[in-house]
Amino acid sequence: MSHSDRTAAQEPEAQEPSAQEPNGHGQAVHRLTVRDSPTPGTRRRPSSGSLLASELKQLFRRRRTQAMLLALAAIPVVIAVVVRVSSAVPPGRGPAFLDRISQNGLFVAVTAMLVSVPLFLPLTIGVVAGDTIAGEAGLGTLRYLLVAPAGRVRLLLVKYAGAAVFCISAPLAVALAGAGIGWVLFPVGPVALLSGDLVEPDEALVRMLLIAAYQAVSLLGLSAIGLFLSTLTDVPVGAMAATIVLSVVSQVLDQLPQLEWLHPWLFTHNWFGFADLLRQPIGWDSFGDNALLQAGYIAVFGALAYGRFVSKDVLS
Amino acid sequence: MTAAGRALALETKGLSKRFGHQLAVNSVDLAVPRGLVFGFLGPNGSGKTTTIRMMLGLAAPTAGEVRVLGMDMPRQLDEVLPRVGALVEGPAFYPFLSGAANLHRFDAADRHAAPSTRRARVAEALERVGLSHAARKKVRAYSLGMKQRLGIANALLARRELLVLDEPTNGLDPQGTREVRNLVRSLAADGATVFVSSHLLAEVEQICTHAAIMSAGRLVAQGPLAELRESGTAQLRLVTPDAGTASGVLVRFGLSPVVSHPDGADAVITSSLPIGAGFDGTAGLPAANGRVAPEAIVAALVADGARVRGFTVERGSLEDRFVALTGEGFDVAQ
Repeated sequence: MSHSDRTAAQEPEAQEPSAQEPNGHGQAVHRLTVRDSPTPGTRRRPSSGSLLASELKQLFRRRRTQAMLLALAAIPVVIAVVVRVSSAVPPGRGPAFLDRISQNGLFVAVTAMLVSVPLFLPLTIGVVAGDTIAGEAGLGTLRYLLVAPAGRVRLLLVKYAGAAVFCISAPLAVALAGAGIGWVLFPVGPVALLSGDLVEPDEALVRMLLIAAYQAVSLLGLSAIGLFLSTLTDVPVGAMAATIVLSVVSQVLDQLPQLEWLHPWLFTHNWFGFADLLRQPIGWDSFGDNALLQAGYIAVFGALAYGRFVSKDVLS
Repeated sequence: MTAAGRALALETKGLSKRFGHQLAVNSVDLAVPRGLVFGFLGPNGSGKTTTIRMMLGLAAPTAGEVRVLGMDMPRQLDEVLPRVGALVEGPAFYPFLSGAANLHRFDAADRHAAPSTRRARVAEALERVGLSHAARKKVRAYSLGMKQRLGIANALLARRELLVLDEPTNGLDPQGTREVRNLVRSLAADGATVFVSSHLLAEVEQICTHAAIMSAGRLVAQGPLAELRESGTAQLRLVTPDAGTASGVLVRFGLSPVVSHPDGADAVITSSLPIGAGFDGTAGLPAANGRVAPEAIVAALVADGARVRGFTVERGSLEDRFVALTGEGFDVAQ
């Protein structure tokens, strides 16, 4: 296209914001003058942060997301209350560390994090990741985002980023609620690590945050799978259910000795491998292995989601 | 780019879309000049929305090309779409967000929209469609008409050169329909091209100057509204006691008269009459283009001694033209 044509096309756009700018908004006006280059044909610098901010706001202000985080936080609370009201916990029964809670409240968090790994965490991630694209398609808002234009690749990246932030929040909700309720209901003191070393409560809290980080990384691969499944359908519930089912199937396969060759490749294989973070010194090997495995899943399913979504006819 | 290409807001060449075995859009050549209010007519299922989806880069054409504002779609989608406001196949919103929050969300999706003016632009768009009072209300509680207005407000978030409005008055009450008509006129007065798809002919006749008609995936007519109406056929009605003579005259003009005797005395002869803007038929014979001048028929009738007691020629409405092109009944589009 010719230069003159482009100039004519840009003029009305460049004029509009300043005309509508409310008075007494000094900073915004300043930014506008800096951004709107006087050179004809230059676009306003794209602001890519807006959509991510909007996505995060939308995700975390949504009742469903808040309810899921509350439900996750309720897990340690239920465990703590049950242990508190019962006379004694028989040693060696129930989830690991359950019998240690009454001596040290910080074990509430560790127990709850262990309990939520196989089902509760993947359940919430499945809902968020499965909803990413299919949810927008189901509401019909996907076409308006794309016509805005959000850009298909940008939208996909923003959606994954939103799911990733939820992956961080979900284990954190369990850890913090567990530490909090343990602190309130039980005595808190130095914690004996798996290596036998005693660490102070603040150091123990750091270890718990490390476990939460480990779990967040664990869930990134599942999120990528959910994102891909979400590009396949306009029915969000279908993508959510499929994501959750896959996480269960993967864990079942991981239990079958006949499929031992497959186990290191399953995205759930390292989900419980955070014990090394409870030793002195901290063993980072399993963290690294897990991160590498999850990165592989992100690459494969991210590429599949990209391939599918970029060429998809949006007919919803 | 050619001069003609620059003057067109929308242009498709051989645009086709196939879904499985069904050809939803079949080789459509559409040309929408800039600055017009252009009606896109067709029965439900005739391929209007699919065409619009391809224009906006939501669906990829099976064949053919689309140019919007002189630029290639979807290759230059990122440059084109910020200048286009769209309402596609009805409004769609997040029911759990307020009207204003929905608009903020869609505006944030446009990476070229300035965040600093967002609040002011959202407020202005809501004001323009008369939704300011409901801006804080959740969309879940909106009526269909309010959602429709909010959808139009979304198309007006920035100054647009082209507005693509798919069934903009769907679900609106008469007042709302009127407001949308006025809105479309004011947008056109500001210099925007407005492309309105509709199956409501009256609506198109009231706001558009040009129109295109789709039927079963094909573009069957396009051009100025006046031309579309005239290129149809008119209905001739002749009252005469000399039915035989008169029928003979009409047959000579290449018409197929139908004789009836509603009240016994005089015969009423009706026939469809191909007419054109020129009425260039000469006395006694049909013109070369098949069009016949009514006055030539009357002259011939009188010359042959048929007593003409009544003679009317009624020009077809856009509706007649529409039905003639797209067929009658509910099952026109498979």
